[in-house]
Amino acid sequence: MQFESLSEFFAMGGYAFYVWLSFGSCALIIIALVVSSIQEKRKLLQQVSAQSAREQRIEKAKLAKQQESQS
Amino acid sequence: MWKWLHPYAKAERAYQLCNTLLPYFAVIAVLGILVGWVWGLAFAPADYQQKDSYRIIFIHVPSAIWSMGAYSSMAIAGLVALVWQIRNAQLAVIAIAPVGAAMTVIALLTGAAWGKPMWGAWWVWDARLTSELILLFLYLGVISLYHAFEDKRAGGKAASILALVGVVNLPIIHFSVEWWNTLHQGATITKFDTSAIDSSMFWPLMINILGFAGFLGAVTLIRLKTEILKSEQHRPWVKALAGGK
Repeated sequence: MQFESLSEFFAMGGYAFYVWLSFGSCALIIIALVVSSIQEKRKLLQQVSAQSAREQRIEKAKLAKQQESQS
Repeated sequence: MWKWLHPYAKAERAYQLCNTLLPYFAVIAVLGILVGWVWGLAFAPADYQQKDSYRIIFIHVPSAIWSMGAYSSMAIAGLVALVWQIRNAQLAVIAIAPVGAAMTVIALLTGAAWGKPMWGAWWVWDARLTSELILLFLYLGVISLYHAFEDKRAGGKAASILALVGVVNLPIIHFSVEWWNTLHQGATITKFDTSAIDSSMFWPLMINILGFAGFLGAVTLIRLKTEILKSEQHRPWVKALAGGK
């Protein structure tokens, strides 16, 4: 450890603002990109499953109508 | 080799390959960035001239390197997409672009936050800084060009062409510190023989570069998976995947 105490570590030898601004914004961008990428994929899969469920419902309704007209 | 490579042109196989590779990249990313940051921030010695402000190097250099690395990968994918008409390569172009843009933004932001205490200015219209800013605009151009087309295949083609044309900017960024008089310092780690950096700073920097590479790879793979699913969303295998989860 290069620093004597925790408060000295956060002070970064007087450059606290610039160092933590850099690391903070970097962490923020990294996390935001990971989260949005994962969410995008999850949303797409939800859409696909909703769409195929809808198609199945339509198919079922068609089949029921057909049977009704035959009987 | 072609026999071995060719199945990956099929979307489903490419998706499986993404799944296989993703954990390795994710582990490298998390470990590399975690170890690299702690080492760089707390254990690496302070610089004799710049004191603790130089610690920004541990994120500035990796993000700058991979902003260009991501661009080269994107351009190679664009070339493959144009020459061999492989749809997955187009998807790779559009999967890398946002990650590369994020790298460029990080490089510019950390550069500004480093420039203010050392040069006395957040921004100067210097060759290195300006060409890196152009790199960001190229990324944004590729992304917006892709989304401007109704037909995603035409959009992918246009984006690939722009990605290829923009390659000319890469040597300009790299050599800008030699070609022009500039405030930005020259290469630090690419000249091993003269050892411009001490090993106590070199190794945490290397680990950070590795970690950022893992991050770039992992997020690109996640985004590529999404793009593959999007373009194949009416196929049975995607429906089965969506239904299963």
